Amino acid sequence: MFNAITQSQIYVLDQDEALEFYVGELGLEVTADVDMGFMRWLTVSVPGHPERQILLEKPGAPAMSEETAEQVRELVTKGAMGGWLIFNTEDCRKTYETLLERGVEFTEEPTERPYGIDCGLRDPFGNRIRFTQPKVQPQA
Amino acid sequence: MTRTTEDTNRRMLRARDAMDRAYAQPLDVAALARIAHVSEAHFARTFRAVFGETPHRYLQRRRVERAMYLLRESDRSVTDICFEVGFGSPGTFSRTFREIVGRSPREYRKAAVAAGVPTCFTMAWTRPSN
Repeated sequence: MFNAITQSQIYVLDQDEALEFYVGELGLEVTADVDMGFMRWLTVSVPGHPERQILLEKPGAPAMSEETAEQVRELVTKGAMGGWLIFNTEDCRKTYETLLERGVEFTEEPTERPYGIDCGLRDPFGNRIRFTQPKVQPQA
Repeated sequence: MTRTTEDTNRRMLRARDAMDRAYAQPLDVAALARIAHVSEAHFARTFRAVFGETPHRYLQRRRVERAMYLLRESDRSVTDICFEVGFGSPGTFSRTFREIVGRSPREYRKAAVAAGVPTCFTMAWTRPSN
């Protein structure tokens, strides 16, 4: 049966702006950026981990009607689309400080939880992101 | 037109995030309006158009969600929790809690079970309905 999650997807409103944020600010790397004619296949991943990619997809025709794309964009910007990511970090507070200096918009400061320390932010479009410093770090 | 709606939504979401953070403080419409780049006079109306409820109601539900969390996860007194989450009096707290949750804080506490999922999910999914 299955042995890994390799790709998942979130909607972004602008792929260049998404790159600026996910790569320029969050420090992910581009794993694929391909103009397929009908769409731009744009994925990012944690540096050194191309085995798990996030597709930054722009809603629009022909995958969906312009009317539907408009609804998707509305939901994303209301924070109601459901796209979200949780990253792992070795040092939540240090990462928080670094990203804060880069102008990242945080929704929650680093907080002690039963499972570790984590905090919350949003991407420029409204998608939720968290990163966690777990009490027990997973094996690389 | 579309861009305007998206920009408005995103700015109102920023203001709602600020409410989520400062839930225990009085509703500061002036500050929220500044975050959302709308006039104070338009803030409540725009918030309602985007999220389907008034900022005041959203804040009540956010506070009640926090109170539910504290009732579930701590042994603190109901009065203590009432002030901790931003209500001004135990009477208002009990009335609002019962109206939103359908049970009194004490009844809720008795029946509650802990939730073990990421924080933002607990926050969104345990925020009681209108």
